[in-house]
Amino acid sequence: MTALVNPGLATELDRSDEFNADACMNCGVCSAICPMGVDVQPRKLFRYVLLGMEDRVAAETETVYSCLLCKMCEENCPSGVHIAANVRTLRHHINRTVFGL
Amino acid sequence: MPLPTGDVIGILADNLRLRKSVLPIPARVATKWTEGLGLPRGGETVLYTGMMYQLIPYIEGLVKVEQRLGDSWLARWTGFGRKVNRIINVSAFMARPSAAERASYDQIPINVVHLLRQAGVEFGALYEDDLYSGALAHDLGADAVLAEHARRVNAVFEKHGVKTVITIDPHTTNMLRSVYPKVLDNYDVEVRSYLEVLAEKDLAARHLLSGEVALHDSCVFARYEGIVQEPRKLLAAAGVTIRDPENTGRQTWCCGGPIESLYPAKAAANAAKRVEQLRAAAPDGVTMCPMCFVNLSNAAGDTMHFKDISQYLREAYTS
Repeated sequence: MTALVNPGLATELDRSDEFNADACMNCGVCSAICPMGVDVQPRKLFRYVLLGMEDRVAAETETVYSCLLCKMCEENCPSGVHIAANVRTLRHHINRTVFGL
Repeated sequence: MPLPTGDVIGILADNLRLRKSVLPIPARVATKWTEGLGLPRGGETVLYTGMMYQLIPYIEGLVKVEQRLGDSWLARWTGFGRKVNRIINVSAFMARPSAAERASYDQIPINVVHLLRQAGVEFGALYEDDLYSGALAHDLGADAVLAEHARRVNAVFEKHGVKTVITIDPHTTNMLRSVYPKVLDNYDVEVRSYLEVLAEKDLAARHLLSGEVALHDSCVFARYEGIVQEPRKLLAAAGVTIRDPENTGRQTWCCGGPIESLYPAKAAANAAKRVEQLRAAAPDGVTMCPMCFVNLSNAAGDTMHFKDISQYLREAYTS
């Protein structure tokens, strides 16, 4: 399996003080309590960003837009990851790079 | 099948940019609730609806059309529909709720007017300048369109000399209170939910209610804005017995509404799960967000009855 890596992806997305995907320690609490279940896994999305795997982020478009932004995960995140704001940032990125908006 | 995500976001963003709302409705419809209330135009303190309750029957109609289109060959033409929508407001032809449906949602801001007056609060309204907050554009990451729209809303506040805004629904509260300060440089407006305003007034109930309700906290009120105790205090003082469902307060479970415009089937499945929790707590439910109200009501069908919190409060606190 190959992946096209954009090493600057996390930096590109870091457009505000709110974006903090690098605070995620991949513990999985977010995925365990998400009302949407296994469809949405913030920790996986943020890992793709940190690894610069832009094409994987794009491939998860439906996942990114299926997030309810309800902050259930954020309320229970032990690392203080701004999950909702991070997901909005990914949407902004996909709007530009995938949908051309 | 859901409609193509990018095209739907494009249509909603185009509408906000061109027509000041993700789903444009005529000003006479958006302001119908003000009729006969004698609210002053503008002033330092205004009640601001952000059109949320007025929009709900139209959003419902649109979602139904989306579901039908998604299952038909027309789904492939959504991109073309977006181009046409830039010239003609296509969504206006897609959702046509009845006068009775519109009136039932208009009743919520009317309830709030009576409650605030009972509490001795002086306020005006912005009528046709009471614009949608841009909440959905924010959620969908349409940042540039949102920033432009936020400037438009702030210009309205400046034009009318508004210093304090009293909001009704959670989404408008969050946008005006927590999002606008991040996207605007010159924004200086105090924003308070009517539930916060009423809770600090320590109103005495004029008619004590009875019965039990399952309280559904809005995610946005509870987790974004920290509004958890105010609705409980007001309902308890009104004589209502509150039954908390399995997920409650800051651990509340979303109604599914935020993804209804893109993935209605997923939203409905989530609402059904939440209704199970609420139904286990009490046969009647109370909501404080129009999106929660409509999603949970649709999921519950005849198995559970929901009312907006303002209906209980008006019945208890006003004569």
